[in-house]
Amino acid sequence: MRKKNQSSLTNKYWLLAISGICIILMVLSLISNSASAPFRGIANITVIPMQKGINQVGMWLSDFSSNFETLQSIKKENKALQEKVDTLTIENNNLQQEKYELERLQELYKLDQNYADYEKIGAHVIAKDSGNWFSTFTIDKGSADGIKVDQNVMAGSGLVGIITETSTHWATVRSIIDDSSNVSAMVLSTSDRCMVRGDLSLMPDGKIKFEQLENNDNEVPVGEQIVTSYISEKYLQGILIGYVNEINVDSSNLTRSGYITPAVDFRNLQEVLIITTTKADLKEAESTDSTQE
Amino acid sequence: MKRKVVSAVIVVVCFLLQCTLFNTLALGSVKPNLLIILTSAFGFTRGHKDGMVIGFFSGLFIDIQFGELLGSYALIYTVIGFINGFFKQIYYDDDVKLPLFLIAGSELVYGIIIYIFLFMLRGNFQFIHYLGQIIIPELLYTLIVSLGLYPFLLFVNHKFEAKEKRSASKFV
Repeated sequence: MRKKNQSSLTNKYWLLAISGICIILMVLSLISNSASAPFRGIANITVIPMQKGINQVGMWLSDFSSNFETLQSIKKENKALQEKVDTLTIENNNLQQEKYELERLQELYKLDQNYADYEKIGAHVIAKDSGNWFSTFTIDKGSADGIKVDQNVMAGSGLVGIITETSTHWATVRSIIDDSSNVSAMVLSTSDRCMVRGDLSLMPDGKIKFEQLENNDNEVPVGEQIVTSYISEKYLQGILIGYVNEINVDSSNLTRSGYITPAVDFRNLQEVLIITTTKADLKEAESTDSTQE
Repeated sequence: MKRKVVSAVIVVVCFLLQCTLFNTLALGSVKPNLLIILTSAFGFTRGHKDGMVIGFFSGLFIDIQFGELLGSYALIYTVIGFINGFFKQIYYDDDVKLPLFLIAGSELVYGIIIYIFLFMLRGNFQFIHYLGQIIIPELLYTLIVSLGLYPFLLFVNHKFEAKEKRSASKFV
């Protein structure tokens, strides 16, 4: 009997000790960000290389299976694509003309910031959040490759998210569909500002919410592009977030809200592009420019 | 010693599978939680201490790679491992109902804790919605996976127990 009591006592001490360690870790990571650095370093040499390996095998397998697609469907696709190329060439010519005009006008206005020319780094997605509550994922590039916290992450032409943590050879990205994500955005054609919020309950439908769009005379049709806004603290201006799917006037009659279909397919995310310039860098450059003048 | 190494390998492999392979096996954007199965199973088959240690390291892995607050998931998993340790007394190997019940219970408690701390405190009060969309589907999927994973853990445990018994009887 005594022996049993003793063992349950030591178990309680174990619980207290481990809980104590957890609480100390929490306090440390609240106080400073560098508390988790040694742990991330350990992950760097243990878990991350294995995840990279598994990911490579998975990619090889998916490539292998996609090779079996029949030739016929590819031929059909080729025909459709050829038609698309033709129409796009015409469109491109028109746009090119407009671009020259724009450049000329921009020169007149001295607006020489071109948002399309950011330098980007490519990276593979190697792991996703272990639970079902959040949408964060890990990429196989880290601070050694020039990744920093707050850099914007894209895939194709759309915004994916933002870097939240980095280690030497991996980094964590919080996607814009994550429930705790907020992006300051605007309607492309009218420059009306709104907030784009990730929502767990919309995740199965593959949509995200936008709110606080001013209820003014500017009409926002379904299919309108939503891009990151000029006042955003962390996101660079003009990155495509998605297309308006549904828009409603709120009960207050002052604002509008609705749903966006993201430009990125978050379910099958394999490669992402990281823009190496952060908004803070741009602001710094701007402020030094203005002081020089 | 050998048992410790094997346990560590099991935790690491389950964590790796959880973040890579199981993303492609997700049904309706819900995937099972292997680490809860491990923590719970080690808790009621091996007792408080093993449950806590396995839980602590499972949680720590999540914290390092995905968590915002280092130690928070570790604490949740540790406590779950400890509570499962209480059921070692009424647990016996041939019973399947109790293990499944305990794993389901752990999963439910885990889901509710995550909801309270990470969603309710931010002002999301639609508990029923989250219950139906995440907690219950995750629970069912986890139970299905545990039907495969739990016998494997039991098998490994039996092997080590038989070995330990043999080496203990040598000295007698």
